[in-house]
Amino acid sequence: MARIGIVAEQPDERRVAASPLTVGRIIGLGYDVVVESGAGARSSFPDTAYVDAGAAVVDRTTAWSSEVVLKVNAPTEHELTLLQPGTIVAGILSPALRPELLEALAARGVTALALDAVPRISRAQSMDVLSSMANIAGYRAVVEAANEFGRFFTGQVTAAGKVPPAKVLIAGAGVAGLAAIGAASSLGAIVRATDPRPEVADQVRSIGGSYLEVVVPDERKEVSSDGYAKATSEAYDRRAAEIYTEQAAEVDIIITTALIPGRAAPRLITASDVARMKPGSVIVDMAAAQGDGTGGNVEGSVAGERVVTDNGVIILGYTDLPGRLPAQASQLYGTNLLNLLTLLTPGKDGQPTLDHDDVVQRAVTVVHDGAITWPPPPVQVSAAPTRTVAAAEPVAAKRALSSRTKTGLIIAGIAALFLVCAFAPPPLPQHFLVLTLSIVVGFYVIGKVAHALHTPLMSVTNAISGIIVVGALSQIVVADPTVQILAAIAVLLASINIFGGFSVTRRMLGMFQKGDQK
Amino acid sequence: MIGDPLAAIVLAQSVATAAYIVAALLFILSLAGLSKHETSRRGVVYGIAGMGIALAATIGLVATNATILPQGALGLILLVIAVVVGGAIGLWRARVVEMTGMPELIALLHSFVGLAAVLVGWNGHLYAAHVSEDLVDIHHAEVFIGVFIGAVTFTGSLVAFGKLSGRLNSKPLVLPGKNVLNLGALVVFVGLTVWYVITPSLWLLVAVTVVALALGWHLVASIGGGDMPVVVSMLNSYSGWAAAAAGFLLNNDLLIVTGALVGSSGAYLSYIMCKAMNRSFLSVIAGGFGIEAPRSDDDEHGEHRELDAATAADMLANASSVIITPGYGMAVAQAQYPVAELTERLRAKGVDVRFGIHPVAGRLPGHMNVLLAEAKVPYDIVLELDEINDDFASTDVVLVIGANDTVNPAAAEDPGSPIAGMPVLRVWDAAEVIVFKRSMASGYAGVQNPLFFRENAQMLFGDAKERVEDILRTL
Repeated sequence: MARIGIVAEQPDERRVAASPLTVGRIIGLGYDVVVESGAGARSSFPDTAYVDAGAAVVDRTTAWSSEVVLKVNAPTEHELTLLQPGTIVAGILSPALRPELLEALAARGVTALALDAVPRISRAQSMDVLSSMANIAGYRAVVEAANEFGRFFTGQVTAAGKVPPAKVLIAGAGVAGLAAIGAASSLGAIVRATDPRPEVADQVRSIGGSYLEVVVPDERKEVSSDGYAKATSEAYDRRAAEIYTEQAAEVDIIITTALIPGRAAPRLITASDVARMKPGSVIVDMAAAQGDGTGGNVEGSVAGERVVTDNGVIILGYTDLPGRLPAQASQLYGTNLLNLLTLLTPGKDGQPTLDHDDVVQRAVTVVHDGAITWPPPPVQVSAAPTRTVAAAEPVAAKRALSSRTKTGLIIAGIAALFLVCAFAPPPLPQHFLVLTLSIVVGFYVIGKVAHALHTPLMSVTNAISGIIVVGALSQIVVADPTVQILAAIAVLLASINIFGGFSVTRRMLGMFQKGDQK
Repeated sequence: MIGDPLAAIVLAQSVATAAYIVAALLFILSLAGLSKHETSRRGVVYGIAGMGIALAATIGLVATNATILPQGALGLILLVIAVVVGGAIGLWRARVVEMTGMPELIALLHSFVGLAAVLVGWNGHLYAAHVSEDLVDIHHAEVFIGVFIGAVTFTGSLVAFGKLSGRLNSKPLVLPGKNVLNLGALVVFVGLTVWYVITPSLWLLVAVTVVALALGWHLVASIGGGDMPVVVSMLNSYSGWAAAAAGFLLNNDLLIVTGALVGSSGAYLSYIMCKAMNRSFLSVIAGGFGIEAPRSDDDEHGEHRELDAATAADMLANASSVIITPGYGMAVAQAQYPVAELTERLRAKGVDVRFGIHPVAGRLPGHMNVLLAEAKVPYDIVLELDEINDDFASTDVVLVIGANDTVNPAAAEDPGSPIAGMPVLRVWDAAEVIVFKRSMASGYAGVQNPLFFRENAQMLFGDAKERVEDILRTL
């Protein structure tokens, strides 16, 4: 039975890797749990609450010497020296941005699990700390903005005069963006959102925002294949910049959430955009930490700082937004960790195992027994229409046809029909007319058929295609015995079809009945 | 007037033309009527009326013609015999067929249309006296196209029939270079057509018939049993095109209209099926869609739990909402009657019972609906995938009866799975799932189903019919 240690974070981190609730459930997986004294204090989880949940409260060294160490942030240099070789340490490790940390972990001979490396597939959603933390951060960003904003969010008509609602622009409709849209619109603000992925438009509308689409002529929209936003094209960026400039002059609050994994945050709001904003406006740059030195998504934001510009615009670059709701964040983070432990402990016997054939376990393992195993092989998200299965590839290729090629094909088809009809001797053109019209009619008529009636429909079309009997009948009287015999056989077969098809359809339909007819 | 045979023929001809227009319209109304439950019976009546009018007009025309033709009397006798015998066989088959056997019957009926089209085409070759000089080449091409489509439909449907009825192995046949074979057959067909147009000789017609028969056999033989719903509707479409080709050959607009209606409706149905199975429409038409994606390792194995009928009955009795998701296994076990009775009992107790039907459940589009209707399950509690999928999360008990691939969570969650991306019924969202199954064998797609190892899933092994009856007894 392995021991799990919940250790205290550095003083600047208010979260903790497990709440009393999740500790109870980790014990249910068969583990012993020890908690460093005071670990949960800043998340309002006193030591006694952990003891009540079944954990032992121990000192720092004991907690760090457990077989499994659960953390929020990556271990510091000093904390690394507390780790025993062979330990499993889990936390938010940013493997893509911090290769030196991975080397240090590997040198220590430990196994490191990065919860922020969970692949974006449905099965792994319950362990995705990026999502759970982004959700909290998005909510908190609105609260921070509201705190700085000197007005109401909601519009009111009062005896003391009319108050217009605040206008909020959310850049990026990922998890954080959506949480911010939801929070801001429930406070009563008018919320607009931008995102390079057109498929999020419905999600934005569903929680009360309006989606500002960046319309770029002649460009096919990228449907994200791995669930994350990608870098955008030049034409797109130009048009998007115009939108941000227009919006900056109009809105009161801007919250930017645009992050591209493994890269510096894209610059969305320039200094001149900020200068156009009204005094008292608030900007929250949630990407300030991933900036390039001159700000994150917003030019002039400073990571972790509150900045007031010359024209009185407040720019918040807080990087600890989830930690500002410590009890909530610890609870959700703890649940993410619990779900990961559940996956690692299939036998519920308190013995963690790592199965590298499982994409989730493979992806989170960034250092394994002293060897760096980052990056993992790529994983495709199954939700998007771009698929990996070979059999489905033609579909993707078909979707990729631009509207121009489609129009081209239609025109070519019509031209071919025209040429055939123009040069074919009568009665062929007339036949083609009848044929094409019938195909169109058939298509529209069938398009409305209820799924439940597919079988009766098929047996009726079956009976109807017995109409070939008409052809056979016309051949049955010609003066050639062979032809007559063949025609008679054809008539016989077609008759089976006609009579059989219609009568079986009638039999089937007789069975369909509605509940209230009983 | 009637005494003058030529005048009578002219009259019969114009009557027939008028009748054909009316019949074509009635067929369209028939298909339109079949789109809703309320109008479906009227739809069939329209269809029968259309067919009756077309037949009466044609027979009238033939009979009038027969008076001036030397072998007319013999022809008329053959006609009567053929119609009576064929009609009797058709009515008899329709009466005795089991509803679970519908897919086989429909496949067999398709093959008849195909064969009839081949025979009509051959006759077109043997008897071409009425064709005018400048149309003779076109006539030859039409003969060839008609025979080709008809023959492909014929053998394709026969193979489908064999696979559905278990007479043939339902495993896909994989010949080396199967796509090349299919393409080669098409190329040979085009080549033979050109040759035949230049020098029409009988052996070319024999050759093309053989090529087409082989192609039809190969197209369907290389498709696995799990894809049969698509195959059957695709053959439905082919049989329509065969009739349309015969219409071109015989200069008959009614055949063209009807063939095109059936052809496009069959094609549209296959398209719906393809979407439901996440297959590509183009590769279906080409017959290349039996290719199985590489199987994922069965890495999600775990322990499955069993329960007995009494426990299942308890769970059902205490549930407030139940969804039943049937599959082909219910049809095989003939369990639809006990299932219907179970539904009725539970509904009488105030349990909200509904059915969730996957678009490709069974071996024919809409197969499950027909079976449930046969057992008198009211159709307003039988819902489609899209209608019911969001309700599983708020459901107490889900009964999975003889379904496997259509409820496989791997399709939604495991991108490496052969059925990844196929829309499935999300039964695993429900509080409890009871799976009726014969054994732990995998489904038609050959994919292991992680559902069975979920914590909220329990297995009830054995014949679905007997197990449901056991539950009924306990209730």
